[in-house]
Amino acid sequence: MSSVLFDVPGPKARVRHNVYAVLGGSAIVALLAFIVFQFAKAGQFDADMWEWIQYEQVQLQLVAALGNTLRAFAAGAVLALLFGAIFAAGRLSDHAIFRVPSTIIVEFFRAVPLVVMIFFFHYGLSLGAPFYSVVIGLTLYNGSVLAEVFRAGILSLPKGQSEAAYAVGMRKSQVMRLVLLPQSLRAMLPAIISQLVVLLKDTALGFLITYEELIREARYLGGIAEFGRPFIPVAIVVGVVYIAMCLALTALAKYLEGRNRRNRKAPTETPKDADEKVLTHEPMG
Amino acid sequence: MKIRTLVVGLMVSGLALTACGKEGSPTGSGSGDGGDGGAQLPTYEVAQDVSVEGSPTFAKMQQSGGPIVGVKEDQPGLGYKDPTTGEYSGFDIEIARLVSAKLGFDPEKMQYKAVPSAGREQAIVNGDVHYYVGTYTINDKRKEQISFAGPYFVAGQGLLVAKDNNDIQGKEDLQGKKVCSVSGSTPIQRVREENLTQDSNIVELQTYSQCVTQLTQGQVDAVTTDDAILKGYAAQEPDKLKVVGDTFSDEPYGIGLPKNDKALRDKVNDILQEAMDDGTWQKIYDATLGKSGASAEMPTIDRY
Amino acid sequence: MEVLLDNLDLYGPGFLNTIKLFALSAVGSLVLGTALAMLRVSPVPVLRAAGTTYVTLFRNTPLTLLFFFFVFAYPLLELVQLSYFQAAVVALTLYTTAFVCEVVRSGINTVPVGQAEAARAVGLTFGQTLATIVLPQATRSVVPPMISTMIALLKNTTIAAGFSVVEAGAIQNYLSERGYSVLVGLLWVALGFVILVIPLTQVQRALERRWKVAR
Repeated sequence: MSSVLFDVPGPKARVRHNVYAVLGGSAIVALLAFIVFQFAKAGQFDADMWEWIQYEQVQLQLVAALGNTLRAFAAGAVLALLFGAIFAAGRLSDHAIFRVPSTIIVEFFRAVPLVVMIFFFHYGLSLGAPFYSVVIGLTLYNGSVLAEVFRAGILSLPKGQSEAAYAVGMRKSQVMRLVLLPQSLRAMLPAIISQLVVLLKDTALGFLITYEELIREARYLGGIAEFGRPFIPVAIVVGVVYIAMCLALTALAKYLEGRNRRNRKAPTETPKDADEKVLTHEPMG
Repeated sequence: MKIRTLVVGLMVSGLALTACGKEGSPTGSGSGDGGDGGAQLPTYEVAQDVSVEGSPTFAKMQQSGGPIVGVKEDQPGLGYKDPTTGEYSGFDIEIARLVSAKLGFDPEKMQYKAVPSAGREQAIVNGDVHYYVGTYTINDKRKEQISFAGPYFVAGQGLLVAKDNNDIQGKEDLQGKKVCSVSGSTPIQRVREENLTQDSNIVELQTYSQCVTQLTQGQVDAVTTDDAILKGYAAQEPDKLKVVGDTFSDEPYGIGLPKNDKALRDKVNDILQEAMDDGTWQKIYDATLGKSGASAEMPTIDRY
Repeated sequence: MEVLLDNLDLYGPGFLNTIKLFALSAVGSLVLGTALAMLRVSPVPVLRAAGTTYVTLFRNTPLTLLFFFFVFAYPLLELVQLSYFQAAVVALTLYTTAFVCEVVRSGINTVPVGQAEAARAVGLTFGQTLATIVLPQATRSVVPPMISTMIALLKNTTIAAGFSVVEAGAIQNYLSERGYSVLVGLLWVALGFVILVIPLTQVQRALERRWKVAR
């Protein structure tokens, strides 16, 4: 699409674009330079501001905190996928007994902020170690969003698919398991991964209830007077770690997507279509 | 293929990172660890064959092979974790170690869990920690959820300001000034109840070190909490911070315990009483908070 | 009920602050996000790259870290001093901008290529094509996911509770101070959010249904 919004630039347009590029580029560079300069002036880039990272204890704690983040993510992701699958099935059920409660539960947990849920489990219900409150909060919240993703994915398949399956005599569970799910999973994958990225980032909220994850560690390290309160260096390191983890997840999604497409006998879906599918269930984060 | 390379790369760099760590602490460390000529920390004899009849918490400690103790990690002189060695030090920490030893558990095997003010009651209620020693003021509202042994120390609310700030001399000068303290702590509640400053000027963060950071950046005008805590920060950065004015409250510090565990509470009270009587308390004080030259009185234990 | 009625002085201003945070950041991120999306489809490679970098950075960083940045690191820049409330608005806006940008960009991609080609053929410029042909048509596919993004923003405002902004997420703290049941209190907070979110989802559903037929 973006390629047809403008012509291949001619000589004049090229000059104009170059001017824009230089102007825009220098504005961005100036902004970044200003930020870096001010932080440097505040002493945040001095060599001794980075001293903290050389200590073995600090490194071990960072790794431990990263481990806690990943632990909450792994448990939350598995449970959320499970929760999503169960409640998507519930919402697609023909029986109102299953459909109505599932709908209410999914809608409720989609509407309540994760922070409030985590507080509820930790301070309200006293669930024990903060880990449990974090994981259950992540599960319910992201699970409900995933339930919607699954449901929308199955509904997005052409009706002919299920009609044909019923016509050859399959039962509803067979139609779902053998025909609809395998096809829709492919389309849902990008949306699922985006939601998992959200889940990974949301583990950071554990710091509010003393879960010892990466952000809490950053807060602790950034406030240590002996190291000169190296807030910016710590933020840079932790930020890079998060971005790297999320990009790795996204890369995994791309990889799986590519593998799926290769397996297809008749590729009907162009990458652009896949992009649109993501769009209809934009992750909630 | 790409992912495998990525994973391997990450692992290699992770290994490289942990392999080059250095130990020890940076120069000018402010965490008093008793080694610099002053009073020496006492050692605690581990009691043998202790049993506390009818205490579920004590049974849990035995199960886990030692107590899990809730502490503060960012209060120099009271409860402070040396970031370079991971070792805890301070008055509260010593009290926690003393209690552990007298309960029959080697203090070296005690597990620390850093819990900020707002999470303290919940950590005890949830069984996340077995007991909590960390500038924990005894009051009736908290007694609805948990119980307290002690007090083992009495502090008073004070004010910490920037070194070059001469406007604030006491709590009367706080009107119109930004005052920072920690969510769920008694000092912030007092500021609100006594209307020491406007509601919009009250800044609530999660830890005192965050408040101190904001103070050094000029984002707030004063940090208020117990003087013992504030003196620790002022001692750490004497060229930037100072404690001003008289204290304006009594903050009796207790050891937080699960609510319905009277057996353990009585036992801990006995331990504290004994430490005050035989001079251990004084030794601990002299080797930690007392280093600043200030003296302190032993409180009377309040048994209930 | 008692918990709610006794503490109306908490719930009222709390939710009002939540709504204020939401409204300000929503407007800010919609404007910035649309502008950023236009950058991302613009003919100038440098600007496209800048847009992509922004989105990658902010979409993959936890919002909490942004909050930390604006509360603890921003003062070092020695620019205009921000109150805690303003810092929260800025953090929420910058974070949500990345998501809004993606929604708008994907929306632009759903408009049939022929539309843009026709616009180009009658001689409209890049700006005119976007503003008069593509964006209006993209609205249909942009609005439903945009509402999802806005709902997420509404819920994300609760993170500000950890950074000295008294909004709905902070009510819990005061309740325990006053000695009320946190359990019940938080249920009321949850209900408050459900009430705020339901109209948004209803609009979303209605629009989705209407435009599904129109396609």
